[in-house]
Amino acid sequence: MDQFTLNLIFVGGSFALYIGIAIWARAGSTSDFYAASRGVHPVTNGMATAADWMSAASFISMAGLIAFTGYDNSSFLMGWTGGYVLLALLLAPYLRKFGKFTVSEFVGDRFYSQSARLVAVICLLVASITYVIGQMQGVGIAFGRFLEIDATTGLLIGACVVFAYAVFGGMKGVTYTQVAQYCVLITAYTIPAVFISLQLTGTPIPGLGLFGEHTASGEPLLAKLDQIVRDLGFAEYTAAHGSTLNMVLFTLSLMIGTAGLPHVIMRFFTVPKVSDARWSTGWTLVFIALLYLTAPAVGAMARLNISELMWPNGTEGAAVSVEQIETSPEYAWMATWQRTGLLDWEDKNGDGRIQYYNDKNADLQARAEANGWQGNELTNFNRDILVLANPEIASLPGWVIGLVAAGGLAAALSTAAGLLLAISSAVSHDLLKGQLTPNMTEKQELLAARISMAAAIVLAVILGLNPPGFAAQTVALAFGIAAASIFPALMMGIFSTRINDAGAVAGMLAGLLVTVLYIFLHKGWFFIPDTNTFTDADPLLGPIKSTSFGAVGAAVNFAVAYIVAGMTKETPQEIKDLVASVRVPKGAGAAVSGH
Amino acid sequence: MDEQNTNADPKRGGGKDQGAYWATNIRIIAGCLVIWALVSFGFGIILRPLLAGIEVGGTDLGFWFAQQGSILVFLALIFFYAWRMNKLDREYGVEEE
Repeated sequence: MDQFTLNLIFVGGSFALYIGIAIWARAGSTSDFYAASRGVHPVTNGMATAADWMSAASFISMAGLIAFTGYDNSSFLMGWTGGYVLLALLLAPYLRKFGKFTVSEFVGDRFYSQSARLVAVICLLVASITYVIGQMQGVGIAFGRFLEIDATTGLLIGACVVFAYAVFGGMKGVTYTQVAQYCVLITAYTIPAVFISLQLTGTPIPGLGLFGEHTASGEPLLAKLDQIVRDLGFAEYTAAHGSTLNMVLFTLSLMIGTAGLPHVIMRFFTVPKVSDARWSTGWTLVFIALLYLTAPAVGAMARLNISELMWPNGTEGAAVSVEQIETSPEYAWMATWQRTGLLDWEDKNGDGRIQYYNDKNADLQARAEANGWQGNELTNFNRDILVLANPEIASLPGWVIGLVAAGGLAAALSTAAGLLLAISSAVSHDLLKGQLTPNMTEKQELLAARISMAAAIVLAVILGLNPPGFAAQTVALAFGIAAASIFPALMMGIFSTRINDAGAVAGMLAGLLVTVLYIFLHKGWFFIPDTNTFTDADPLLGPIKSTSFGAVGAAVNFAVAYIVAGMTKETPQEIKDLVASVRVPKGAGAAVSGH
Repeated sequence: MDEQNTNADPKRGGGKDQGAYWATNIRIIAGCLVIWALVSFGFGIILRPLLAGIEVGGTDLGFWFAQQGSILVFLALIFFYAWRMNKLDREYGVEEE
């Protein structure tokens, strides 16, 4: 059976499973659509939240970014897990006690203001749509690979699938589907990593293999990797190269962004009790950690494998020959990925070999001159293909490759569906029913929810055609926006009675605007290429890149909120009572839709 | 909206109890966040040069904290907090029925 058929069986089979579950648990009422019934067990909820939250960025993109940068991209690992500590300690139990369906309902009620609710909806929409762009990128790459077409066509096909899938059901359908998706994605991520870890280190647990011994050389794996990349003129894998300030801010942005993402927070409204919300956050992180402890091993081991494939005779010997790439089965993956337009090579000096090295490194330039090399000949290696190509790079059996394709799609699809749900509930529930047309029937509300899902997908596809970075970087921008706008408002709403309506509105607007402005100045207005004034290589403010700005935006939000609240009318007594009641678990009922 | 306010009425000894409950909660949160920041921003990034002498599998302890250690500590923190707060809820009689 050829690889294409195998991929089709795995991807098709997993899709049939998700759609079957979605139909079986289809949403009937509005309450079902948004928050299911409250009968979701903390472990089940944790698993579904993990699938919902681990997206194309975590599954497809992150290990590739770590592989090609090394230590400096540890921010993704710490940032995307550390956020759950903030969520568990600062938000989840209180929002569950508050007992409404959406994040903006909390903001609207706590800050006793329809404008606050409206601003929260806008923040949420901007963050979610940016996030969906990153998912669509991942979907495009995964479909491109498994249908063996270019990534743009893959993106368009993927968009249709995501839409068809998301309109099928609401949270309830999505909850059980996401449990299935979690199982598919974690198996798909772990199995190749275990195989590769066994090949390289003899340890079946990749997370231990990473700090273990490289069997072939007898040296520690990371020491061996450091030596190989140094020989090829690249920055040492385990060393720090970027600015410490930028790394701290980037990590912090990802952390507070995680705790400010509406589709994740919504999850904790669906557990039965406040104490369950606390446990549920822990279980979510357990399921996420299973992937996150494996990811750095996947990155390091793939980097080692690629370097060795390109230099089969050692870094001092001759590079791989063009003939070998074209004929040897070990290199078949390169031709397959070339078709997606995400991988390419060129024999610039016509010596029949492909030299992969850092042509900007002075030491390597001397060696290049002596050997007649004319620049790095592995001309394009998109970071986002690394995880999907990984089993092929390690020459693993065909069924593993099919499984990974299914896992990547599960990750992108589950998050896209969760985000579309958050977007549609923001538009239909908060914007239309809450503000513009309060007399809507349930049926009209559901229809509006589905129309807004379609609109969000179309917008994400249009913007996704010119993505502002690799999938995980696009997603990092979304986290920055959530960090700067939503998280501070929620936290101040719970921990401070001083912040009033005007303070919250001014804070959120200031945080959102300053962050979006900083991103657009560096990534182009609405991500349109060549409309940027600065680049992330030389940012406006010292070493602070646009992906790290969310933490600064959040500080602006806090500061503006406190200043404005200090100058305006004090919070009324009934709101102080509301805050007091949110702080204790006793008396938490089922969620109610408040109008 | 109305149901939110019903339990703002001080129960079991009144607002003073709730004040003490909240103060304890804030103390626990602060303690956990100190550890949270220490393992990630501290050991993983800023203090990494200080840990450079401690070798772990071909690299140093700071690298381990940045790529694995901090995640394990985060997990422990969340479960500790859930356990501690559920206990605190019972001590102050504010747990759900």
